[in-house]
Amino acid sequence: MTLPSSSNGQIQPALTSSLLVCEHCDTVHRRRPLVRGDVARCARCHAVLEWHQRLSLDAMLALVATVMVVFVQANVWPIITLGFNGEQIHARLWGIIMMMWREHSQVVAVLAAGTLFFFPLCKMLALGWLLIYARWGRRAPGFRQVMVVLHYIQPWTMSEVFVLGVLVSIVKAQLYFDVTPDAGVFAYAVLAILITIFSGIDVRQLWDKIPEDAP
Amino acid sequence: MNAMPRAHELGLIGCHVCGLVCRDTQVPDAACPRCGASLHRRKPDSCARTWALLIAAFILYIPANVLPIMRTVSLGSVDDNTILSGVMELWVKGSPDLAVIVFTASIVVPMMKFLVMGTLLLSVHRGSHWARAQRARLYRLVEFIGYWSMLDVFVVSLLTALVQFGFFSAVEPLPGVVYFGLTVVLTMLASMNFDPRLIWDGKDEDD
Ligand SMILES: [Zn+2]
Repeated sequence: MTLPSSSNGQIQPALTSSLLVCEHCDTVHRRRPLVRGDVARCARCHAVLEWHQRLSLDAMLALVATVMVVFVQANVWPIITLGFNGEQIHARLWGIIMMMWREHSQVVAVLAAGTLFFFPLCKMLALGWLLIYARWGRRAPGFRQVMVVLHYIQPWTMSEVFVLGVLVSIVKAQLYFDVTPDAGVFAYAVLAILITIFSGIDVRQLWDKIPEDAP
Repeated sequence: MNAMPRAHELGLIGCHVCGLVCRDTQVPDAACPRCGASLHRRKPDSCARTWALLIAAFILYIPANVLPIMRTVSLGSVDDNTILSGVMELWVKGSPDLAVIVFTASIVVPMMKFLVMGTLLLSVHRGSHWARAQRARLYRLVEFIGYWSMLDVFVVSLLTALVQFGFFSAVEPLPGVVYFGLTVVLTMLASMNFDPRLIWDGKDEDD
């Protein structure tokens, strides 16, 4: 149990990590050690309280590095190829976003750029940053701020939805043109799977894993 | 006090951002000592904010459905698609499975979100004890599936980009898709601002 060192003279509320409050119904639970495959659920509302972290910090870092590589590929490689009078037209994510911007749909362009590019990128960079230090048992510079940012951008990454969107677009476009999926889509599909594995990581546990007084 | 005490009964607050259990000092602007987020026993103005966002989303959802979201110009014939007519086209000419998926993402999920969030808000206002566990589960469901509604926005973007060099065929985004994108964002914000703890507030008699 860590007790707060009173910083900047404020009245600090006492805190304890042996308790857990259900975020969904406010029920207080005593924390119990979890073993492999365990999921702690709230006895009142059945929401998940926490689960056992299967991946080690090294494995998480490796996963982040993989996601980065796949993310670059997903953005560099064309997503869909359109055959057109013997010509081939390739569409890349940024081409799509720029196109929407020019077609007077700036709102849509901003939504796509945020949910498909900026938020996923921020999430990965932030996680990578935290994990590089965490594996040495240290808090990264700006740990607190980065953790808070991660908490807020979590719901706004939509790569999985995009993969389904590509699928629907191909079927729709085939009514008019000759369209085939391109390498970028497969990169996106892998990205979606990796992101799903990622959401199995409870980032919040980093708060407890790395004590505040660590160098 | 029963076997499952709640944080506010014990004078504790769970931090909304980092989850730390803190003692409720009753100081008006207390901050979490771990992450610095301000501590609230419940999300501030949860009901008012959720109502506002939900109503705004609902108002935008009307033009999102009535206005066309996409224009396809093919061999001289101009075709304006609304969300629903896009689904029908996909059903008739493309693949019925995908039509069902798009219909679910752009019609069923948003409608469900309006209904569920509206019901939750009303039941919270009345302090109802009815089916608390089920309502809690419903909330977690809409929070989980809400962002899949973005599907049609991505489809329109992709189709637009596909024909950027096409001379005789064109796909253009139309204003409906903007309203629809905003609806999705607002419904997501609405469910984030709702505090599911409110469902469980008040006397316990049925659990
Ligand atoms: Zn609970």
